[in-house]
Amino acid sequence: MTLAELQKRTAAAIMAPLTASDEVAGTWRSEADALIKANSRLQPLERLEIYSRSYWFRVLDCLYDDFPGLSAALGRRAFNRLSRAYLTERPSQSFTLRNLGEGLEAWLRAHPQFAERHLELALDMVRLEWAHIEAYDGPARKPLGPEDLLELGPELRLSLQPHLTLLELKYPVDDLRIAVNQFVEEHDSASNAVAERDKHRTVRRYRRLKPQAIHLAVYRAEDSVWYRRLETDEYRLLDALRQGLPMGEAIEMMLRASAIAEQQLGGLVQEWYAGWARMGWLCAAGV
Amino acid sequence: MRLTQRLCVSASNRTSAGMPANSFNGFTNYGVGIGLRIPHYHHIFQHQPVVDWFEIISENFMVDGGRPLAVLDQILERHRVVQHGVSMYFGSAEPLNREHLRRLKTLVKRTKTPWLTDHLCWGSVDGRYTHDLLPMPYTFEAAEVTARKVREARDFLEVPIAVENVSSYAEFHVSEMTEWEFLNEVVERADCGILLDVNNIYVSSQNHDFDPFEYLNAVAPERVAQIHVAGHSKYEKYILDTHDHPVIDPVWKLYEHAIARVGATATLLEWDDRIPSFDEVHAEARKAERYLPAPVETLVPA
Repeated sequence: MTLAELQKRTAAAIMAPLTASDEVAGTWRSEADALIKANSRLQPLERLEIYSRSYWFRVLDCLYDDFPGLSAALGRRAFNRLSRAYLTERPSQSFTLRNLGEGLEAWLRAHPQFAERHLELALDMVRLEWAHIEAYDGPARKPLGPEDLLELGPELRLSLQPHLTLLELKYPVDDLRIAVNQFVEEHDSASNAVAERDKHRTVRRYRRLKPQAIHLAVYRAEDSVWYRRLETDEYRLLDALRQGLPMGEAIEMMLRASAIAEQQLGGLVQEWYAGWARMGWLCAAGV
Repeated sequence: MRLTQRLCVSASNRTSAGMPANSFNGFTNYGVGIGLRIPHYHHIFQHQPVVDWFEIISENFMVDGGRPLAVLDQILERHRVVQHGVSMYFGSAEPLNREHLRRLKTLVKRTKTPWLTDHLCWGSVDGRYTHDLLPMPYTFEAAEVTARKVREARDFLEVPIAVENVSSYAEFHVSEMTEWEFLNEVVERADCGILLDVNNIYVSSQNHDFDPFEYLNAVAPERVAQIHVAGHSKYEKYILDTHDHPVIDPVWKLYEHAIARVGATATLLEWDDRIPSFDEVHAEARKAERYLPAPVETLVPA
């Protein structure tokens, strides 16, 4: 047996889904016998199971750590079913566990049954939580300050920080994610029983979250991740800048669907640009 | 002319009479370090403790920006850092991941790590990652594949590499040699160093019924760049390498034996789960100093 063949067979056995009681399915016994030696205390299947459990518990814990809001939105049992199905179909394809959830949004769109009646809420939360990961350690470029924007003109092209994500959402999932974060911080020192009881209450409350269209910027400032709600027009202008349009065309694009009065436009745009510059969102285009 | 002589002894130039620092650790002797872990950040920045060196998990800092790199830069201002990787997978049959190597080289330039370590294991197949340290089949084919990848990584990264023996819970039928014979086969073919984890030797010796001292006595002492010690968890039928306890006496005995063979070597305590206070972890690590030979007094002209 070549090294490649042994590794393919062993990895397939380790990464195969565990049973409901978190054991390796008995159907893997003959494969374990073929690959792995027994010792005086453990059969090959039991030795394989040490690795299988370790694999599954690691990736499941990691996905939960990265998507606590999704878990709160769906409930822990539904989240667990979703996680196992996702990781079975789409195991990690990166050397770093940081990227474990990068395919979750696309996968969930293709498998809506795992979100049950909460698909739109779940998709919004997945997008927010992936944006959070990108904002945490994504690249940053030298920001342009207000002094760099003294001469705004229609030909001016600007870029947005790579760590900034713009989201158009159907649910106010930022509120839920912030509540989940606070819950975790407040219950770090509480007993498990108290924490579990409170968590169930929190989950029930947020699964009844009412739809509300919002626009959100997820970004990093001073090494922390921030969420900032945007006006619709502000979002559209930022989105046009992200597409690489010069300032004049970006404003035109925004205005096509906007009710802003012409006399308000100049002041509003100046105010937005000044705010974005203060938050370090803008950088030079074309780098 | 008479020269007045003075004694100059410090952690960085402490040498043992038997085995000086070697090319596999960049001719350094770093003393006793601990792993840099998030729960200790506050203590480190507030109290600025004296620590011989910190080991970082490379993958935690192979990112483009944000808090991880900001913290690392603060640490690098005051401390020596050595990089330890967990996902190079020298033993996987597939080629090295170029994106991984590129990011690792960027980090090497940032930290100026004098040597770099990762595990003698596999963990990925066809671009799918287990994120585990899976045991090698001890075959000549595996030794050749692994050694070639170590050489490729070293040539690209331009830094000495040492491979770490892992704890294991399974052995393959196809193996053609013992684990220690395989380790020697790989490091000779790759001409690389060894990160000798004496806790892993202990754990595997219990799980596979071999004599850990036989393993230690077989290791090429001149290739040992660094030593790991750690705690583990004992279950009914096997031992798990959990890094969540103090080091037990049998592992310290193995460490003592290793030091007697290889001489004073950069040593690191791993404590990765249920992490106690910084002072407790540091105190546990410094128990290693009991077994290190007394520093040689270097005569320096005044």
